[in-house]
Amino acid sequence: MNKTVRVSYFAILREQRGLANEQVSTTASSAAVLYEELRARHGFTLPGSRVRVAINDEFQAWDSPVRDGDSLSFLPPVAGG
Amino acid sequence: MVFRITDSPIDPAALLPGLSDTRAGACATFEGRVRAQNDGKGVSSLDYEAYAPLAEKEGDRILSEARDKFHILDAVCVHRTGSLKLGDLAVWIGVISEHRGAAFEACRYIIDESKARVPIWKKEHYADGSTEWINCATRGPGAGGPSPANG
Repeated sequence: MNKTVRVSYFAILREQRGLANEQVSTTASSAAVLYEELRARHGFTLPGSRVRVAINDEFQAWDSPVRDGDSLSFLPPVAGG
Repeated sequence: MVFRITDSPIDPAALLPGLSDTRAGACATFEGRVRAQNDGKGVSSLDYEAYAPLAEKEGDRILSEARDKFHILDAVCVHRTGSLKLGDLAVWIGVISEHRGAAFEACRYIIDESKARVPIWKKEHYADGSTEWINCATRGPGAGGPSPANG
C-alpha cells in the first residue's frame, strides 16, 4: 500500500539530497527498506549500517514499520562536542 | 537540569547563575572550543548542525543518567549550531555537586555521551579550501565507522 511520509535529512545526507526535507510516497514496509530506496534514488554514500533512523522525533529500530503520515529522519554518524 | 541547542554564542557567565545552590561545594565546567587543527589538517572554521528536538531529548536523557550515576545536584549543557570561528565555544557543560569528585566525573560522562549519542553534526572547513563532515567518510581511514574521539 502506498504511504506518504515526511523525510528529513541532516548533514552529509542533506547535502547529497540537496534539500532538508520532502514528502515521499512509498510502499516500503520498514524504515530500512525506505532508506535503501532513497539511497538508490539519490546516491547516498553512507550504508544503512552507519545511519540511524528516527521516527516522529524518537530513535527507532531499522525494522520499524513505516506508517502513512510518519516523519522519518535519517541520521548520519554524529559528531558533536 | 537542562540540555539546550542554541544558534547564538554561548555565554558561560549567563549560565552559571542557573547552577547556584548553597549545598554545592563544587562546580566543574567543561568548554569545547573550535580547534585550529584536526588529523594534521589546518581547520579554518566549523559548521554545526543539529536535529534539535531529538538532540534536546537525548541530551536530557544523558543529564538524567548523570544524575542517577553520580551524586550531583544539577547539570546544564548547551551546544551551538551554525557557523563557528576558531576559538569559539561549541559546547559548555556545568555540573554542581556536594563534593568535587562527582562533578568532575559527571562532566566527563556528559561530554563523552553527548559526542557519541546526540544528533549533532560537524563540518570542518580546512585552510586548503576543502571540507569534510566528521565521521561520515566512506573511503579512507574513517570509512570503517566513527573515528576516535577528537574533541
